[in-house]
Amino acid sequence: MTMFEAILLTVATAATPLLIAALGELVVERSGVLNLGVEGMMVMGAVTGFAVAQYTGSAWLGMFAAILAGAAFSLLFGFLTLTLITNQVATGLALTLLGLGASAMIGESFVGLPGVRMDSLYIQGLTDIPYVGKVLFGQDPIFYISILLTIGVAWFLFRTRAGLTLRAVGDNHTSAHALGVPVVRIRYLAVIFGGACAGLAGAQLSLVYVPQWVENMTSGRGWIALALVVFASWRPWRILAGAYLFGAVTIGQLHAQALGIGVPSQFMSSLPYLATIIVLVLISRNKRLTLMNTPTSLGKPFVPDR
Amino acid sequence: MTGTITKDGSEIPLLEAEKLTKIFGTLKACDGIDLKIGAGEIHALLGENGAGKSTLVKMLFGALQPTSGDIAWKGERFTVTSPAMGRSLGIGMVFQHFSLFDALTAAENIALSLDEKSPLDTIAARAREIGQTYGLPVDPDALVGDLSVGERQRIEIIRCLLQNPDLIILDEPTSVLTPQEADLLFVTLERLRSEGKSILYISHRLEEVRRLCDRATVLRHGKVVGQCDPRTQTAASLARMMVGNDIHVIERLPAEWTDRIPLIEVNGLSQRPRGPFSVALHDISLSITGGEILGIAGVAGNGQGELFEAISGEVLQERPQVVRIRGTDAGRIGISARRTLGAAFVPEERLGHGAVPDMSLTNNLLLSRHSTDRKMFLTGGVLKLVSESSLASAAKRIVVQMDVRKSAENPDASALSGGNLQKFLIGRELDRNPSVIVVNQPTWGVDAGAAALIRQALVDLARSGSAVIVISQDLDELFEISDRIAAMVHGRLSESVPIEAMTMERVGLMMGGADATAGAA
Repeated sequence: MTMFEAILLTVATAATPLLIAALGELVVERSGVLNLGVEGMMVMGAVTGFAVAQYTGSAWLGMFAAILAGAAFSLLFGFLTLTLITNQVATGLALTLLGLGASAMIGESFVGLPGVRMDSLYIQGLTDIPYVGKVLFGQDPIFYISILLTIGVAWFLFRTRAGLTLRAVGDNHTSAHALGVPVVRIRYLAVIFGGACAGLAGAQLSLVYVPQWVENMTSGRGWIALALVVFASWRPWRILAGAYLFGAVTIGQLHAQALGIGVPSQFMSSLPYLATIIVLVLISRNKRLTLMNTPTSLGKPFVPDR
Repeated sequence: MTGTITKDGSEIPLLEAEKLTKIFGTLKACDGIDLKIGAGEIHALLGENGAGKSTLVKMLFGALQPTSGDIAWKGERFTVTSPAMGRSLGIGMVFQHFSLFDALTAAENIALSLDEKSPLDTIAARAREIGQTYGLPVDPDALVGDLSVGERQRIEIIRCLLQNPDLIILDEPTSVLTPQEADLLFVTLERLRSEGKSILYISHRLEEVRRLCDRATVLRHGKVVGQCDPRTQTAASLARMMVGNDIHVIERLPAEWTDRIPLIEVNGLSQRPRGPFSVALHDISLSITGGEILGIAGVAGNGQGELFEAISGEVLQERPQVVRIRGTDAGRIGISARRTLGAAFVPEERLGHGAVPDMSLTNNLLLSRHSTDRKMFLTGGVLKLVSESSLASAAKRIVVQMDVRKSAENPDASALSGGNLQKFLIGRELDRNPSVIVVNQPTWGVDAGAAALIRQALVDLARSGSAVIVISQDLDELFEISDRIAAMVHGRLSESVPIEAMTMERVGLMMGGADATAGAA
């Protein structure tokens, strides 16, 4: 395996959890709901995925359990904000705090245990193609899911009737209601999808990235995913670009640190965040386009008038 | 096409509502309303704001559930539980406040309201076709946020027609149109009638109701107070039915100017759009002397809001001389400083802009006048304590002056009805005796009695020597009070025309962007 190939693989592994979590949040926000609990849902997914894989010995079962855990956790958020009409920002923050605390408690006995790693794909012949074989045909299943998810979300939002309805709900829930669109039900579904994605992203961390459990192992990735959604102007392909940029700079600065470049390591560690934000700010400079893609009802509670 | 005939020969109406009642809390918005709409008729629903028109219509369409009463559709009883069900029965609705999605294209907007799932291309083609048949040209691929209000209305109507309804409900359709655009709409409606479709036409514009409608039902305070054939009535007799008594006629003495010094001037105001759906202003100049009222006409969304913000100081200008108040350059100073120069401003939106909804009237009074009337309302020297007693007495003075009806001594702004709050907000400024006042949509959504009082107050202020700018979409209002009328279109302001030389047709042309002099010949 060449150095180049190795770098590409690590970049993809670093980008995948951000991509998946951000795509989930994209769908949630396009429906007009702001769920700041991505970090919490992700970390719950990570600990659940690790635990189930540990007890059953199957990384796949762990992954499905993580998806379920994220979805269940987001259902709590949905019930509070959509049924009880609590403040979305406060509820999302609470969800993150709850997720970090609960996962630390659940995962206490797992600290230091070796985990179960999800097997990477291997196709005789294809995976062995020099330079591109491992990148295209030799990665972990969650990587392929993340790419399919990007295509799927882009297609769903902009090519299907259901996606159009979802965008309409996010643009103007009062009008949507007047047209007879079930606003609350659509938002519940979006929130659950977002939770499932965050759970899957968490599973990637504890089953692929570093197959073990460390307290607070998401280390802010949920927040980066949230920022990616905004800076990508709520568009799936820009999220993909942003996630990979972040992954590339993360890996790049690690290599630079290893080479001993005379820059403070704190600066280097903050570089991915800086670079991603700067680049995305630059591409979202077209204000008109950004505002047009911004879901107008984002974060506004919906109470039908009857 | 006519309705079905029963055995005894009487015609079954297309829609019949019996004793419809809707209660919100303690308010009876609709109280035992009976309504019959026959096939192929344009039926007018008349009433002042708050008479219960919108509530009634929402119940017919399924957006609200009646507290009691029955609705029969083609002779059969129905409970219309949702707008989707209303649509499937054949009831289409064109809303007053459009229910369109700004960030979606016209075709996407139309697709959302259709129950069948056709591809967007098919929908776009059908929209074009219907648009051509009925004289409603639209571009299906245009983003709705970029369209004018008239174009948006066309989309609403096309969206409604695509569902092939038997009854079309139009809520105040002409309130956002120029007179010429309204004429085009009437042609479309008459054509629909000739095809046997029924139309329920909600309006408070009596002339157009007399011209267009076959029957009228008049509502007042949630009750039916009369049914008539509007073609046999006069506008005055219809108005009397709506209001319950005669309407005050504005007294307007001819303006007498002693000095012709401009009190407010705008010189070459240009401004870039501030958001995706905001309008750019292009080289706007105006100058008004004491004693006169300038009326600014225009269809909503042509830059009136932006002009108001620039004059009031909510948006500062780069060059100070762009806005001059009583001879002082004011383009770079804020709203309180402009008020201190003797200007007063009443914005369009009453709740949230003109007043803080959850604050009491005295607190709202203090918010707008804390700096201009510092000496009156703040005591204790550097401590700047709020003097509740002088605030209360000022509020009382305004309430008496403007005849504000309120339920409590010092209620929250949101507890007042629209008309009463507007009277208070205008009175709040008039109480200072400003030498310049700029009012945006002074009587929007205000009942006729309150509107007359507000207009008289503005005329009286001008005649006492102040300069008044009234921005309004209501042309009747502008003709009633203005000395000069100008029109805004696409962020440009036309030359102003003296009221004596102005006609409805000419202002309509100006609002449509035609040369101001075109209609004069």
